Amino acid sequence: MKQSHSILCFGIARDITGSATITLHLRPRPKVLDLRTELLAQYPAFGELVSFAIARNEAYADDEETLEPGDTLAIIPPVSGG
Amino acid sequence: MSEIQLSPHPLSIDACYASVQDPTCGGICLFVGTIRNHNKGKSVTHLNFESYAPMAEKEMKRIADEAKSQHGLHAVSLHHRTGELAIGDIAVIIAVSSHHRAAAFAGCEQVIDELKKHVPIWKKEFLEDGSYWVGARP
Repeated sequence: MKQSHSILCFGIARDITGSATITLHLRPRPKVLDLRTELLAQYPAFGELVSFAIARNEAYADDEETLEPGDTLAIIPPVSGG
Repeated sequence: MSEIQLSPHPLSIDACYASVQDPTCGGICLFVGTIRNHNKGKSVTHLNFESYAPMAEKEMKRIADEAKSQHGLHAVSLHHRTGELAIGDIAVIIAVSSHHRAAAFAGCEQVIDELKKHVPIWKKEFLEDGSYWVGARP
């Protein structure tokens, strides 16, 4: 049984996915790395970016962190504030 | 004291300055980032800043607090604008106060450098012949 996660998209990530929020179906107890892999499989254009990070509950997440149902997730493309 | 603001309204240099002013401080360092009319040889018409507000505010607070404790500052204030900005508009203001000037200069520089690396804010630059997200592609 796959686990559904909705993910917020900002900046160029929203242009790539065409939506402010996407839903990905991942294996149970997935890691951040699984999310990145699935994202690249569905939207290969993410591979063309300088980099992209994943935020979990409004903080940068490491690839080895486990995603819990209900986590707030976001794709963070290269930032350019200031 | 550290204070942050992420706002769609015009930023005030006076407000940022006043929030760090203190009789114990001998120096206040201000950095003001403004919108320039050119980038990489092309004319820029205007910009749009988008943010992931709740996370941006947390990162701004973390950066301000870290600079304050690492440099022994009295106060740090970090204000960033969002939405559409015209040439010459203020995008960011950083005010830092300390007993002596060296810490204020170093702390102020650290805040803008860390902001540019970590705070989830994205700049879309509009040129005469199109637009693009700054720094997203190689």
